[in-house]
Amino acid sequence: MRDWLYEPLTLGRFAGMALLIFGLLNVVLFLVTYAIYIQRKLLGWMQSRVGPNRVGPYGLLQTIADVLKLLTKESFIPSHVDRPLFLLAPIVAFAPAFVVFAVLPLTDRIAFSDIGVGLLFYIGVASLSTLGILMGGWASNNKWSLIGAMRAVAMMIAYEIPLVLAALGVVMQAGSLNLTAIVASQETVWNVVPQFIGFLVFLIAALAELNRTPFDLTEAESELIAGYHVEYSGFRFAFFMLAEYVYLFAMGALISLLYFGGWLPPHPALSFIPGGVWMALKTLLFAYFPFWLQATFPRVRVDQLMTFAWKGLMPLALVNIVLTAALKTAGVV
Amino acid sequence: MTLRTEEMILNVGPQHPSTHGVFRVILKLDGETIVEATPVIGYLHRGTEKLAEDLTYTQIIPYTDRMDYLSAMIGNYALVHAVETLMGLEIPERAEYLRVIAMELNRIASHLVWFGTYLLDIGALTPFLYAFREREKILTLLAELSGARMTYSYMRIGGVKWDVPDDGWLGRVERFVDDFERALEDFHALVTGNEIVQARLQGVGRYDQETAIAYGLTGVNLRSTGVAYDVRKAKPYSIYDRFEFEVPVRTEGDLWARYLLRMEEMEQSRRIVKQAVRQFPSGGEIMARMPKLIRPPAGEVYTSVESPRGELGVAIVSEGKPQPYRIHFRRPSFVNLQLLPKLLVGQNIANMVAILGSIDIVLGEVDA
Repeated sequence: MRDWLYEPLTLGRFAGMALLIFGLLNVVLFLVTYAIYIQRKLLGWMQSRVGPNRVGPYGLLQTIADVLKLLTKESFIPSHVDRPLFLLAPIVAFAPAFVVFAVLPLTDRIAFSDIGVGLLFYIGVASLSTLGILMGGWASNNKWSLIGAMRAVAMMIAYEIPLVLAALGVVMQAGSLNLTAIVASQETVWNVVPQFIGFLVFLIAALAELNRTPFDLTEAESELIAGYHVEYSGFRFAFFMLAEYVYLFAMGALISLLYFGGWLPPHPALSFIPGGVWMALKTLLFAYFPFWLQATFPRVRVDQLMTFAWKGLMPLALVNIVLTAALKTAGVV
Repeated sequence: MTLRTEEMILNVGPQHPSTHGVFRVILKLDGETIVEATPVIGYLHRGTEKLAEDLTYTQIIPYTDRMDYLSAMIGNYALVHAVETLMGLEIPERAEYLRVIAMELNRIASHLVWFGTYLLDIGALTPFLYAFREREKILTLLAELSGARMTYSYMRIGGVKWDVPDDGWLGRVERFVDDFERALEDFHALVTGNEIVQARLQGVGRYDQETAIAYGLTGVNLRSTGVAYDVRKAKPYSIYDRFEFEVPVRTEGDLWARYLLRMEEMEQSRRIVKQAVRQFPSGGEIMARMPKLIRPPAGEVYTSVESPRGELGVAIVSEGKPQPYRIHFRRPSFVNLQLLPKLLVGQNIANMVAILGSIDIVLGEVDA
């Protein structure tokens, strides 16, 4: 599959690739649909509720019904918005969430685009979705969404840096920005052990990056009503929500790749289980983790968040880099 | 180059998830910092006091349900207690016990709503559901007693409307009270110890004792500044002198103090209910001998009770007719809310929500 990229593009290959991409998008959407269902069930159980159980057997069609409802709603645009930006914002927020999947290898053989700077690509593209949030918040011409969007940008700056610095530790250890190579370097021991500080920083920064509890300040229901998407409804709102969910899975996959050995089994004796299964399990685990926090934590205040990012996570990430460099020089890792 | 900045006017409410009803605050913001806050009330004003002038005393009782609708039992009692004081009535013991059990259960239910919604305000979703699960048990018990879940109209001048349901209701109350101890422990384990909760609440929304007294604050809002004023102890009414309970007091005057006090009050109410169930008289009337039409003697009376929100007072001017000449309710939510504009200056939006929640208002009572 990888070879296709290096062969001349014929009509047949183009059609095949288009079909494959379409198929993959649908697989991703299907997975996301049912992951949302399971997450809602889990969240329900954690909150002593039953969760969705009305639409279809065991509520299995609930998410589909929700999506259909949103998609068939009137495409409503308030009169006071900045129209071009308002229309563009959901797409700008939505597209990067899917684009990043291009560089995420699923197993050692299945990867859509195994580019040399995969991690850099991921981080660069993923931060584009903040642009969509800012555009949406600004274009809505609503004070609540403006505050939400401003918070999103402030958070992006505050958390993107520790996130990248933490990931840098992994890069230094593997000596590569290529995600396949990073996984391959964890053959003996997963990165979470030597890079434990980096992992913690990355995990916390990733939560902020995903706008999840306790850092869900951009759409803080009890403060900003809905934050940046106050004025969005119907399928544009669905785009924002879907982007958030897909991004959740992308981040789960990235954490598994960087720190938990991707498709590598926890023990060589377990290698009879295909790598794809391990990868999927790990990704789901880290995609569910935020829901656990959502059921547990209140929200931090915006100034506490900034203090925590700049005075807590930043120095910790820097310490991690220095430590990694020292250990690497000493030849320990 | 300097950017031109200006203050922003942000209208919060009357439809906002954290104003707990139809309450509106107009905020003048500098960035996210509040420069000025102007509360707007009255969206729920029904003119209860004026309406009451054309109603007989018994007919006023349902209106008290709808003032502080989270603790309607205590609202009921405040009214009937004032009329009974004016008439100098002797209330049967059994009725007094039923009243105390109903009121204290209602106080727990009311604080549970506060607990759940307050944590919702600061962004925690789950405690709300846990709190409402416990509250549901209380509402079921009170519905079995009075027939209604929230608007009870259970008290009558001279006693209560219904006797204890004869299917072991008291046993169920006692069982709930015992189980609730564990629920409270769970709340403390899950919420009170949480670092983020503490960081959000400690040191925020602080005011001192002088301010609290000058603004006429009562209830937890006053007790968080070190004044041990609880009407149940200061001016004992009903049979509260028969029970052992404490008035929790703290001195910090911040959100954290108010949080801990309300949690502790639930425990104290639990103790009172437990004692009341133990001491419950085995027989007796639930209504004093009353005339068909209640005509209190001409005169004036002011009595007050401790509602979950503070001192709930009722002042009646009677001309000896079946209807009051004038009736006034001292609604603690309304009085306590006056401090809000002062507290909000210099805070950000997240703190605004937390501070408003900690005052614990019920809009039905603010607007009456």
